[in-house]
Amino acid sequence: MPETLAELSVSLWRGAQQGRYETYVVPQRESQTVLDVVTFVQRHIDPTLSYRFACRVGVCGSCAMTVNGKPRWTCRTHVSKVADSGRLEIGPLENLPVIKDLTTDMERFFEKWQAAKGVFAPSQTRHDAIVQIRPDTPARRAADAAIECINCGVCYAGCDTVRWNASYLGPAALTRAWTLVNDERDAGNTARLQAVAAAGGCHACHTHQSCQELCPQALNPTAAIAGLKRRTVAAYLKGEIEA
Amino acid sequence: MNVRLYVWQRATAALMAPLVFVHIAVIFYATRQGMTAADILSRTHGSIAWAAYYGVFVAAAAVHASIGLRNIMAEWLPVTERRAGRCAIGFGILLAALGLRAVAALVLS
Amino acid sequence: MVHRISGLALAIFLPWHFLALGLAIDGDAKLESFLRWSDQPLVKFAEGILVFLLTVHLLGGLRVLVIENFPWTGGQKQLVTLAAAVSAIVAFIFLARVF
Repeated sequence: MPETLAELSVSLWRGAQQGRYETYVVPQRESQTVLDVVTFVQRHIDPTLSYRFACRVGVCGSCAMTVNGKPRWTCRTHVSKVADSGRLEIGPLENLPVIKDLTTDMERFFEKWQAAKGVFAPSQTRHDAIVQIRPDTPARRAADAAIECINCGVCYAGCDTVRWNASYLGPAALTRAWTLVNDERDAGNTARLQAVAAAGGCHACHTHQSCQELCPQALNPTAAIAGLKRRTVAAYLKGEIEA
Repeated sequence: MNVRLYVWQRATAALMAPLVFVHIAVIFYATRQGMTAADILSRTHGSIAWAAYYGVFVAAAAVHASIGLRNIMAEWLPVTERRAGRCAIGFGILLAALGLRAVAALVLS
Repeated sequence: MVHRISGLALAIFLPWHFLALGLAIDGDAKLESFLRWSDQPLVKFAEGILVFLLTVHLLGGLRVLVIENFPWTGGQKQLVTLAAAVSAIVAFIFLARVF
């Protein structure tokens, strides 16, 4: 029987965009994660609670929620590290419409991914020789440093500019665009730079660095966006793209 | 905010960085005890250097502040970017006009 | 946020600053009486705050220019604290000289 230490008072968001926090009492256990707590409520207290998870080991990004005001992966957040005096407040990710309780509609997040042209544009066909990509060129290093994004939405939820500017593409979409800008096989860079140089693009970023602080994969969207800023300015000054 | 506004804002910022350091030094000098308006004017009157320095500073500040205000309006007020842009242009013109008038007052009067 | 608020405050202040300096347009008398009015401690204190805001906005701006153009990945908090501290020192020196 897992050892019970004490009890946690947990407030969970119930409802949709309108709703309220409801409080549940959950036994605190050793090595317990926030996802364990939410799962306990749904299985033993209130089966009508809606929430998302998949891998529960920190590789899929599905379980991201707002925990005590900060967007985090709940499966990788230990209760002992965040529950000040036995209290937890858990809500859905910010900056996204709430479907129900702790689940959000990620459609806008992915629409912006497309709008930033975060899609590979091939320059060759299967009949051409395979391009040798060296892992140690500066461009490939830049791409590799930014490529591990799993679309969890934590950066998007934590971004002030996303909150203030409905058309801002957001750190994740721009980071993916940056990896493709650095991919020597990609042929779509003029269109891509044009897309991220428009209103709501990389220039809307105010360099608050919340995305960098919060990313559970330790990616640095601030640096990726700074790279896009430099590339778009160069392209603009050379007349390759328009304002 | 797009690439064109970004370029203007960052460029005027970079231009003003050294100008502000000098301006802070000027503030410290001009506010020392005993400086009268006549003392100040005797130094600025007829000076091409002052006119050039502060003329450039005023122009850069007008551009930089108006773009900054445009961002604040578009993000914090329920107005469209176009509306914010128009207000910002108005403010920029106001700042430039008042600023160049002040420069003229100190150099020409 | 400090950067934005200081910028906003400076933007609001500037037109008044230009109007005050523009008093010299008809000679030094009006500017002189304005300067003497501004010798009041409360006004000098407000000027100290303006010096703080200007310095903090400058340092915050330098931070942004560095992060966007050089490979600097440091986090915000220490830089912001440093900027605020330096600005406070500069403003304090200003106040010390005028009082």
